Amino acid sequence: MQVPAQFEYERATSVDHAVALLQRYGPESRLLAGGHSLIPMMKLRIANPETLIDINGLDELGTIRLDRDEHGAQLCLGALVRHAELLASAVAGEHFPMFHDAERVIADPVVRNRGTIGGSLCQADPNEDLSAVFTALRAVAVVQGPDGRRLVPVREFHVGPYQTVVEDSEILVEVRVPVRPGGGSAYTKVERRAGDWAVAAAGAALWLDGGRVAEVGLGLTAVGADRFGAPRAEEFLRGAPATEESFAEAGRIAAEHCRPVADQRGPEDYKRHLAGELTVRSLRRAAARARGLEA
Amino acid sequence: MQITVTVNGAEYTRDVEPRLLLVHFLRDELGLTGTHWGCDTSNCGVCVVLLDGLPAKSCTVLAVMADGHEVRTVEGLAGTDGSDGLDPVQRAFSDMHGLQCGFCTPGMLLTSRALLDRNPDPSEAEIREAISGQVCRCTGYENIVRAVRAAAERAGTVTS
Ligand SMILES: Cc1cc2nc3c(=O)[nH]c(=O)nc-3n(C[C@H](O)[C@H](O)[C@H](O)COP(=O)(O)OP(=O)(O)OC[C@H]3O[C@@H](n4cnc5c(N)ncnc54)[C@H](O)[C@@H]3O)c2cc1C
Ligand code: FES
Ligand code: FES
Repeated sequence: MQVPAQFEYERATSVDHAVALLQRYGPESRLLAGGHSLIPMMKLRIANPETLIDINGLDELGTIRLDRDEHGAQLCLGALVRHAELLASAVAGEHFPMFHDAERVIADPVVRNRGTIGGSLCQADPNEDLSAVFTALRAVAVVQGPDGRRLVPVREFHVGPYQTVVEDSEILVEVRVPVRPGGGSAYTKVERRAGDWAVAAAGAALWLDGGRVAEVGLGLTAVGADRFGAPRAEEFLRGAPATEESFAEAGRIAAEHCRPVADQRGPEDYKRHLAGELTVRSLRRAAARARGLEA
Repeated sequence: MQITVTVNGAEYTRDVEPRLLLVHFLRDELGLTGTHWGCDTSNCGVCVVLLDGLPAKSCTVLAVMADGHEVRTVEGLAGTDGSDGLDPVQRAFSDMHGLQCGFCTPGMLLTSRALLDRNPDPSEAEIREAISGQVCRCTGYENIVRAVRAAAERAGTVTS
């Protein structure tokens, strides 16, 4: 029987209260969202926080909304949005179909009822799917601490495996995705069995200008890509013709620059092959969506 | 810490350690041993209960997180249908041989119930997707899928 070690339990009643509790209990305290990464780690005694601060009551962190201001529109996802809610969100799927591509294959439907997007990003598992999605979409994380809020591009959010820029007394409150018209996006994952973590996965967001790539974002997971990104493949694609040849070359570059490691999910060369191939497939599908040829 | 959880319609107040998992709260504190407990790693799904109507793996939820919430276990399924006392999914699992050893069955029944409450006429693919987080080592899933289809076709749905 696996049981976590003893800990104190506190319930946050607001974001400010959560920050105050984090300050009061210090670095040995942890926020508890869906608990589907943290509780298993505590059962294995890999994580032994002295205090858990439960944020599940913070309904203000559970919304998905489209915000319009002078800088244009952005999709705002609260940190406590559950995977199942993102999968069910029409507005998220309409603007960024890659959210639904990804959520269909993140864990299983039961886990998706509990796991949150904030917990996923903050867990910073190198095999995590949404980190790659948000990287491709150039999302911005909103982090709140004792001194107020700060904005962190998701491309600067991860410091390393299981490490983020979120400080001990800070909480991720929201992730914002800029909305630009004329784009398409897609996410492709290979897993060993239903509900498993990725062997490898790649996401692409593409904006077309006639036959050319006007802007592009790529994200890779489980293949040791630096901060889930493929910046050199993006550089190559920007301004290039949106053709199969360009996508193949971008896939080749993405595969060349990742650093997969062999594990129970597959050998290194297979994962590298997938990094390239899945980048190509996501680009192809994103382009078809941008052209209105595919839902 | 004192918590009050509504389980199958009845309120239970207990003093529990924060580290107590919901599955052990149900089994050991309340004696509701219909909720099984298998892998302990949130993979097998035998511990699934409905938390505020949604399937959740109770080995990965703290009992204190259920404070003030509603839990439904397999013990709360029977009695929702007037005719023979069984929920239509229970009757269909029995009729269609949707179980052999029965270890996965409580979780499968609850996920099926939640699916039918949301979608009274699920396709085979939708049923397979709904139970994809739960492992059955006996049936090969075929008869589970048939049972859920039968429950949908036969009874319409009973919501509660
Ligand atoms: C069986 C299984 C299969 C899975 N498969 C996949 C998969 O295929 N792909 C995938 O991407 N994920 C997968 N996951 C992980 C799942 O998505 C987790 O739910 C997720 O990683 C963590 O979200 P959570 O809300 O449960 O976070 P928690 O476990 O509550 O927290 C995780 C960490 O983040 C911190 N944290 C949580 N919220 C915040 C916040 N708002 N601000 C600051 N810190 C915070 C916590 O303190 C903790 O350190 C799987 C999980 C399981 C159990
Ligand atoms: S015992 Fe909970 S998922 Fe296996
Ligand atoms: S009936 Fe035996 S595990 Fe499903």
